[in-house]
Amino acid sequence: MTDVAMVEMRGVAKTFGALQVLRDIDLTVQTSEVVCLIGPSGSGKSTLLRCINFLEPYDAGEVRIEGRLIGYTETSPRRPMPHHALQKMRRAIGMVFQHFNLWPHMTALENVAEALVRVRGFSRTDATGRARAMLARVGLAEKEKSYPARLSGGQQQRVAIARSLAMEPRLMLFDEPTSALDPELVGEVLQVMRDLAAEGMTMIVVTHEMGFAASVADRIAFLDHGRIVASGSPRAVLHESEEPRVRQFLQTYHERNSF
Amino acid sequence: MDVSLFLHYGPSLASGLGVTLLCWAAGAALGVVLGFAIALLRRLPVPPLRWLLRALIEIVRGTPFLVQLYLLYDGGPAIGLRLADIPTGILALGIYGSAYFAEIFRAGFDSVPQGQIEAALSLGLSRGAILWRIRVPTMLVAIVPALTNMLIILSKEVVVLSVIAVPELMYQVQSMAAETFAAFETILALALLYWLMVELVARLGRAAERRATAFLRAA
Repeated sequence: MTDVAMVEMRGVAKTFGALQVLRDIDLTVQTSEVVCLIGPSGSGKSTLLRCINFLEPYDAGEVRIEGRLIGYTETSPRRPMPHHALQKMRRAIGMVFQHFNLWPHMTALENVAEALVRVRGFSRTDATGRARAMLARVGLAEKEKSYPARLSGGQQQRVAIARSLAMEPRLMLFDEPTSALDPELVGEVLQVMRDLAAEGMTMIVVTHEMGFAASVADRIAFLDHGRIVASGSPRAVLHESEEPRVRQFLQTYHERNSF
Repeated sequence: MDVSLFLHYGPSLASGLGVTLLCWAAGAALGVVLGFAIALLRRLPVPPLRWLLRALIEIVRGTPFLVQLYLLYDGGPAIGLRLADIPTGILALGIYGSAYFAEIFRAGFDSVPQGQIEAALSLGLSRGAILWRIRVPTMLVAIVPALTNMLIILSKEVVVLSVIAVPELMYQVQSMAAETFAAFETILALALLYWLMVELVARLGRAAERRATAFLRAA
């Protein structure tokens, strides 16, 4: 198990109609690694991330989670994996979305406890206990009875992170987790993510927060038009890359963020 | 207006009211269940099934309830469906209502943001759990007013069952009118009773709406 990568993508491709959104993606993520995916919008970062837990079915290539092919059977020709088998694999993979996607009819506590009861088979009492602990961990113990509509974006996103972490995932996927937040709320979410990375969680993060990527990522992959065009340490990609598309992107980024 | 008439006919009116309530409740329940099932089946990726269900809905919505009732009442025995009057009436109401309820549920399903479903999928929830714990409670917010409206419409179609001699309120009132010639009083009484009944359901509907949307106001 130790030498099996947490995520291994080989030749992954995906088209939406006539549009090829992913081309020949190779990406390997080891346990406890933090990998940030950056690139212009429409470059395929989110689609790539969503292929990892098969929210987005990929057309060609392979995505393996701890060595197991996700989404398809190992037979040849391959067939879509039965739903229950996919469900089981997804339990190990937490996901945090740009728009939080909390369930509006449940309190913060109920949002976190739900999957523990329905998926992990916890009793209500045990699930509530674990959910309380998870909310405390993201600093929201006092908000357990609040419905999502009454929480700020930053608080909602922290509840969403707690909801994923409660399932004890071995891999966490973050899809632009701070892009929908007011600037003053970004910090609280990034702090939770930094703590998580420091604890050794394997994380793949689609982000526009270059500061976060530079300081937390072990590796950065830069996507453009569905391809990984640069990949390496933050220093190698952000400061030393000769790739014109990377330079262009970073220049635009710096211009927009300087005043 | 002769009030003693109503005392004399009290028992038959009461029994008529009972039959009306029974047909309404059972017809509506059948309509909701069938409509929900149709809406669910229409979501399956099986085009022929979708076309079939869509055609069924269009046929039911495109023909008058009175015609459907006669079709079932006169045509039913021809295909081996032999039911007593009240069950025939309930079945007809259920089929009629199901087409409208199916459309309401379809709109409801469409109103649930995909992101909430993706969150549930990413956590490994089963399809059943996603349906009952996420989709249905979320869509109720959007569809309770339409459901209440359809229930009210259905209550008024119950009078049509009098044509196949279901002894509901309209039927009783007509017999009473025929025997006493007090057509105006009896039909006025019917109208008032109906209005009371519908008002009650409208209130229940508003209570259900408040309940379904409670989380939007909770602190």
